Amino acid sequence: MKTENNRAWFLVLPVFALVAFSAIVPLMTVVNYSVQDIFGPDDRVFVGAEWYREILQDDRLQQGLLRQFVFSFAILLIEIPLGIAVALAMPRRGRLASLTLVVLALPLLIPWNVVGTIWQIFGRADIGLGGVLVTALGVDYNYAANPFDAWATVLVMDVWHWTSLVALLCFSGLKAIPDAYYQAAKIDGASAWAVFRFVQLPKLKNVLLIAVLLRFMDSFMIYSEPFVLTGGGPGNSTTFLSQTLARLAVGQFDLGPAAAFSLIYFLIILLFCWLFYTTMMQLGRGSQQ
Amino acid sequence: MSFLGWMAWTVPTAIFFAAIAVMLTGMTVWQLVSPSVERRGLLPMATTRGDRLFIGLLGSAFIHLGWMAATGLPLWWALAISIVFLVATMRWG
Repeated sequence: MKTENNRAWFLVLPVFALVAFSAIVPLMTVVNYSVQDIFGPDDRVFVGAEWYREILQDDRLQQGLLRQFVFSFAILLIEIPLGIAVALAMPRRGRLASLTLVVLALPLLIPWNVVGTIWQIFGRADIGLGGVLVTALGVDYNYAANPFDAWATVLVMDVWHWTSLVALLCFSGLKAIPDAYYQAAKIDGASAWAVFRFVQLPKLKNVLLIAVLLRFMDSFMIYSEPFVLTGGGPGNSTTFLSQTLARLAVGQFDLGPAAAFSLIYFLIILLFCWLFYTTMMQLGRGSQQ
Repeated sequence: MSFLGWMAWTVPTAIFFAAIAVMLTGMTVWQLVSPSVERRGLLPMATTRGDRLFIGLLGSAFIHLGWMAATGLPLWWALAISIVFLVATMRWG
């Protein structure tokens, strides 16, 4: 086997040092916290795995986790196909293309808590355009009192906020396909569906992988928008994992249990990102062979 | 001491991180001595040594969590199962 020159890896060292300080050292501290009862900087007691046992048997974590999975998979099921569809419908060149790009990028530029505020007002049945419209259609809609309405509003808000990201990624993927592929498909008399299935979709694999990973991680960590929109309510119906964690860590200042919670949360995200990554890389290999 | 004091170190977590560091160093040396070749084992995809170590460690974390969620028995059992799992993944995965 030929030995490769791996010296280029030294160029990664600065990034590694930066990540060490910004991520690895804090994460190690969280691990240290998770096995102790912290009263103050110099006053702490080793408790072993007690916090982990407590958190794993806690209803709040289990219900928050279930809600979180339902939410994340729901938005992936909506945003990924919708984003692809939007990207396919977008004009490829000319002024109209630039205009579409700007309009699509707008929701991405709005700060997350502002998005929550926008939808909080938009969804109100007395003064909000969306709320008034839905009520005028004869639906008894109130996101502050009805869990189903709250869920629908949070989902629509996330779709409004983030589908653009998927669409923009897919658009860049579509732009990168050389015209020769389309010409070859035309000579073969391929239908629009066949072009999509055998030319566009395989070429979109890499951007879709990034889109799925980004949307999964972001939605799994969602905090500001539902916090501003519903405050986690009505009841606990839209309290997702990060909000449960924030209540534990910043609200009650239970640093030990909060650290154990964070690590379980982190491991779940790690597992799912790895699963998505591996599965999509395998799918790509299958289609190449 | 104040330099590391804020990290709230304990002996068990120090041992834990030292073990991870030893594993990573060992894997690096092993890779330099004889580079890993992707191969297909019991797992449904081709993996390198590093992939299998990652799968083994992530699996071990979930074995520990599952053990704590399911039983109140000491974690040493979970550790023993994890070591068997890690070795098996490295060897046959």
